[in-house]
Amino acid sequence: MDMPQPDARVLAGKARIVARLRAVLPADAVIADEAETRAYECDALSAYRCLPLAVVLPRTTEEVAQALRICHEERVPVVPRGSGTSLAGGAMPTADSVVLGVSRMNAVLQADYENRFVHVQAGRTNLAVTGAVEAEGFFYAPDPSSQLACAIAGNVAMNSGGAHCLKYGVTTNNLLGVTLVRMDGEVVTIGGPWADAGGLDLLGVVCGSEGQLGVVTEAWLRILPKPEGARPVLMGFAANEVAGACVADIIRAGILPVAIEFMDRPCIRACEAFAHAGYPDCEALLIVEVEGSPAEIDEQLAAITAIARRHDPVALEEAADEAQAKRIWLGRKSAFGAMGQINDYMCLDGTIPVSALPFVLRRIGELSKDFGLDVGNVFHAGDGNMHPLILYNANTSGDLERCEAMGAEILKLCVEVGGCLTGEHGVGIEKRDLMAVQYAPPDMEAQMRVKDVFDPEWLLNPAKVFPLEASAARRAG
Amino acid sequence: MRPADETELAEAVRGATGPLALRGGGTRGIACVAGEVLETGGIAGIRLYEPGALTLVAAAGTPLAEVEAALAGERQRLAFEVPDLRALLGREGASTLGGVAAANAAGPRRVQAGACRDAMLGVRFVDGLGAVVKNGGRVMKNVTGYDLVKLMAGSHGALGVLTEVSLKVQALPEAEATLVADGLADAEGLAVLRRALGSPYDVSGAARAEGRSAIRVEGMAGSVAYRTRQLRALIGGDTLVIEGEESAALWRGIRDVTPFAGRAGAVWRISCVPDEALAVPGALAAAGVAHDCLWDWGGGLLWLLCPEGHGDAIRAALHGRGHATRLRGQEDSPAFPPQDRAIAALQAGLKARFDPRDLFNRGGMV
Repeated sequence: MDMPQPDARVLAGKARIVARLRAVLPADAVIADEAETRAYECDALSAYRCLPLAVVLPRTTEEVAQALRICHEERVPVVPRGSGTSLAGGAMPTADSVVLGVSRMNAVLQADYENRFVHVQAGRTNLAVTGAVEAEGFFYAPDPSSQLACAIAGNVAMNSGGAHCLKYGVTTNNLLGVTLVRMDGEVVTIGGPWADAGGLDLLGVVCGSEGQLGVVTEAWLRILPKPEGARPVLMGFAANEVAGACVADIIRAGILPVAIEFMDRPCIRACEAFAHAGYPDCEALLIVEVEGSPAEIDEQLAAITAIARRHDPVALEEAADEAQAKRIWLGRKSAFGAMGQINDYMCLDGTIPVSALPFVLRRIGELSKDFGLDVGNVFHAGDGNMHPLILYNANTSGDLERCEAMGAEILKLCVEVGGCLTGEHGVGIEKRDLMAVQYAPPDMEAQMRVKDVFDPEWLLNPAKVFPLEASAARRAG
Repeated sequence: MRPADETELAEAVRGATGPLALRGGGTRGIACVAGEVLETGGIAGIRLYEPGALTLVAAAGTPLAEVEAALAGERQRLAFEVPDLRALLGREGASTLGGVAAANAAGPRRVQAGACRDAMLGVRFVDGLGAVVKNGGRVMKNVTGYDLVKLMAGSHGALGVLTEVSLKVQALPEAEATLVADGLADAEGLAVLRRALGSPYDVSGAARAEGRSAIRVEGMAGSVAYRTRQLRALIGGDTLVIEGEESAALWRGIRDVTPFAGRAGAVWRISCVPDEALAVPGALAAAGVAHDCLWDWGGGLLWLLCPEGHGDAIRAALHGRGHATRLRGQEDSPAFPPQDRAIAALQAGLKARFDPRDLFNRGGMV
């Protein structure tokens, strides 16, 4: 992975920069010791690591602003970090960068049930947002797999999704406003607990900007009343095509499940061996979950299973109780862990039109043979967001490179069939050099112009998202 | 000018020597903008429609009616319930998909399904230098690069001319029903809406007009009947349930602000924190200004009819807890909400980079 040469001027100025940060921040908020900064050398894309110049862990928006002002004056790149769970290297530092972690900013500032929003500091974890409002019968809808650990700041930066976004949308559909600190330390409030901005939708472009436009320190989030209940049904099919056709029929019938999850045979087998969820041994498996009162759930599941039966399922199992529901989800939720037991894996995140599903799965099977690497597929079928897991051995020389080459081929395939490189993980460094597959130069130019406005010196998370050669002139400026 | 395709449009923009007033169907534009009219109606047609994937891609000049007819043929619809404001604003013409997107149109179902922005999956547009830019695509989940789709949604032509829009669509529900509560004072009638939206019964409309509060549920027939019963019990008092076409007609009236059509005065569209829904009418009443209100989105949207000349008072009454846009009427106070210095600077910066010659909709939003 190419990263720009660290700025020698910044490296040489480390002592001065750290001293300036220490002068304005509490003693425990600035970390410069190598043993301690080690914890921040990577995020969940752990194949790539680099020690930062220093780490700052502010507790307030004002402390964030002060730290950024100093970094701006010193022309030090800043890498914003939520909880460091990015799978794309979004929080990976460079040697000349200061990592700005918001994990200490985790307070709930206001929970307003009458107006159905919660105002939180952005370091709060996703699950702790729901935790703060569930006693009143509410929840925060986006539910990325890492929700126990991941921070709202990172969710906003990556526009995170989750298994239930088929019904509830992703972060951008549930975000009402943010407090954003720009690289020069200016504090900007964008949106608030009402609809729209009355001007340009700056909130919409900040969400998903991968920490390149500003540091999000607070957020207003929409909260929803918890449904009365939820229940999954498990269906096994003899072929991927059949499962794909079943998904399309469910959607066409006008039923809106909260989740439709798809697993292929390699993934089913791995999950079964790992979690013993009692999954049928078949080519493709769907987990469909619906919500409502018991009678509403019965009504929806009756319609869904009637559709499934037209596709000759080899297994059809409705959860009769809570324990069975948990068991149905158990295998799916442990899919990544199960694959990780077999070997190291790389998790891709391309999205495809659901109609292209059978073709793409067939092509992935062929690529698997060509590259000699096993692939398991688990994904959100309702919205076409795939998560192929490519197995490799990190200790075998050349395996990671082979795996990355195969991953790139799969992502190109996603774009070819009308999809995109990443559905919910973000570009980061991981898919940075593939951006040109999806976007022509004027398309990327238009995106980079937005960064020019928010961060004219290109100091925030600068070597991410755009291919290095595309952003070179701007970063040098 | 009425270019026949995207290439011609890009050439027209590159060759432009003065300001351009962008126009789809001319049915929902806000504020008077300067310049030669540039129509998108020639760039039309549905490019792709996959009902099984809930996806529709169409050229920006495609008439909304054509899109809605195609969707209806497959028992589908646009979830965000596009308002038809022609009667309210005294306009003629046929709304286009590009205009719907540029205005980020949203009707009563916003409380459940979001606005146009939330359904937009991708765009193509021509920027102020005549470059064709694409962003997003046709898939439901896409975080590849920055989300310029959202930036273009609701930008009222400030940054570029939309040429194509991809949308997520929705299946028509089997049934709908509306609970109507009469005889409540405004404060209680609005509180009832908030109570319904705070319940688990998946409300798809919560509005108050002409002294009646209305709460809608949609879905499978059994579920609609169940939730109607539950909401009735939750709200208490005397309520009436209407269904089918009668319910649909009621919501068309809310969506299109029919009670204000043909009446004199300025029309304001005010977005606010729902429990502040009475702030503006309260201030106007205290000042002795005659006015009429229609609330949607559980009080989060206030349509206000009042004499011209009260814009500053309306905005002051919001105390920064929302914003007000004037859709009809003339006065000194600007049509679009004034922004604070930091936001205005960012907007101006984006305008300068996307439309450096200040061609598009001069005198409009940015």
